[in-house]
Amino acid sequence: MTDVALVAAQGLTVKLAGRLVLRDVSLSLSPGHLVALVGPNGAGKTTLLRALAGLVPSEGAIHVRGDALSSLSLRERARRFAYLPQGHLVHWPLPVRDIVALGRYPHGATDPARLTAKDAEAVLRAMQAADVMDFSERRVTELSGGERSRVALARALAVEAPVILADEPVSSLDPRHQLDVMKTLRAVADKGALVIVVTHDLGLAARFADNVLVLSDGRLVSQGAPAEALAEQVMAEVFRISAYRAEFQREAVIVPWAEI
Amino acid sequence: MSTQNVMATADIAARRRASVMAALVILVVLLVLLSLGVGPVRLSPLRVIDALFGGGSDVQQVIVREIRLPRTILGLAIGAMLGLSGAAMQGLLRNPLAAPELFGAPQSAAFGAVLVIAFGLADVRSYALPVAAIAAAFASVFALLAIAGRNAGLLILILAGLAISSLAGAATALVMNLSSNPFVVLEIAFWLLGSLDDRSFRHVMLALPFIVAGAVILLSQRHAFRALSLGEETARSLGVDVGRLRLMVISGVALGVGGAVAVSGSIGFIGLVAPHLMRPLVGHDPARLLVPSALAGAALLLAADIAVRIIPSTSDIKVGVLTSIIGVPFFLYLIMRERRALSGGVA
Repeated sequence: MTDVALVAAQGLTVKLAGRLVLRDVSLSLSPGHLVALVGPNGAGKTTLLRALAGLVPSEGAIHVRGDALSSLSLRERARRFAYLPQGHLVHWPLPVRDIVALGRYPHGATDPARLTAKDAEAVLRAMQAADVMDFSERRVTELSGGERSRVALARALAVEAPVILADEPVSSLDPRHQLDVMKTLRAVADKGALVIVVTHDLGLAARFADNVLVLSDGRLVSQGAPAEALAEQVMAEVFRISAYRAEFQREAVIVPWAEI
Repeated sequence: MSTQNVMATADIAARRRASVMAALVILVVLLVLLSLGVGPVRLSPLRVIDALFGGGSDVQQVIVREIRLPRTILGLAIGAMLGLSGAAMQGLLRNPLAAPELFGAPQSAAFGAVLVIAFGLADVRSYALPVAAIAAAFASVFALLAIAGRNAGLLILILAGLAISSLAGAATALVMNLSSNPFVVLEIAFWLLGSLDDRSFRHVMLALPFIVAGAVILLSQRHAFRALSLGEETARSLGVDVGRLRLMVISGVALGVGGAVAVSGSIGFIGLVAPHLMRPLVGHDPARLLVPSALAGAALLLAADIAVRIIPSTSDIKVGVLTSIIGVPFFLYLIMRERRALSGGVA
């Protein structure tokens, strides 16, 4: 990789309630890539995403486009990182369009009823990309789980941030919507963003990601192209499973098969 | 659908909200005129307007401008502040059952004020009363949020609020219990019921600065409430300083409710009811709910204060008693509606 790092971390360490959740993680990620962040439960995947977005205090250094994260204001951070949390909680029955428009909040568009033309276009692009146009005026509480997670995705896309951090965006979706969401994120990466996706689905990770980061017990234990990062030895040591491996339409296929 | 279409549907919603606001403003103006006209001497709205601007007889002018105007201004300002506080607390906690009076803020403010009255420091010219009430309200809201924690469910909030208001009530009772002067006890007891009777412009000057400051603080945070609809973590990721927002809301509510309680005693349940009346009309967006809730709160308190003057009875009915008598059954109805969320334990 000759291109310059968009997000870089050196010696990232996070302690939560006295417990070391991330230990000395260093990474360097480039724009235009979809990166899958995998690891067993409790490995620190969500914490790594939150630390990168500056949502949990961390030791070590994080740089975005060469700027230290700690030197950026909350709003400036919000413009550079779009964060899509797990669970897609919306507390009030707001119309979908207003939820998506909140993605423009870091750009100063705090009122969805008064969007500038530029913000309105960004909202429209995000709604089209996440395929929520059909129910843009409905209340988010009336939607199915799958529809709601697409709304959350549209909200994150509307930020049009150079970095998108998505925490298990496909975990509650049916296979078709899983593919759909991953394809959307893939397209965003192809347009030049850095997309980091936490997932338990090693098959989707292998299929869609350029890079896979494997976390185990707070440490980054393996990284690289899917087939290398998820090599047999890693699968055995980190996940304690064996997997069926193949190639289909020139993409790596990895299917978890048996416990070891 | 194009950008224009997406904008057009938003415009329809905006026009609807504007007409609701206009209707509320007209309602409040009518209630103000009615409130200025109702009393032992009844005056028609036209007479009231005349007297207000220096016409009519001297007696009418005194009645309207010096006796009823302060009472009406207080009803307007305190009702608006209570409605606004309720909407702000519901926005901060993302919870439709939040309101200052359920969390012990007015009760605590009353305790602060009672302490000042019992020590004989209360004077209509001194700011000791509102300052004590504000300090106690601040402490109670702060304690509630500290005890309940960041993502507290409905049940924890309501239990903690119940405990805090019980503590404030017990402390108030203790002060009355220990007071050796029966007249002071009687004064406190009546004051606690909540009333706008016989308030002068001195009372207005005592409360209004704090109410205005509290309202300005709460309104300045309105857009953050909207981002908070997505949860605290997502709001932070959108650039909202959630810690600062909490502090601002606590301060705004304490200033407003403390200032209000200092002159009116505790007037309950307007903060809970007003936002609920407005949601079906203007939608659930917590930012757009603030001003309509304030107008609705003002209308409710003005109407209640007019009602206590019209309802025939042998002794005065206090307006605080009336709002509670109507408000508590409404609260019970809300609990019934939110049953599922309550028994689930999470909001």
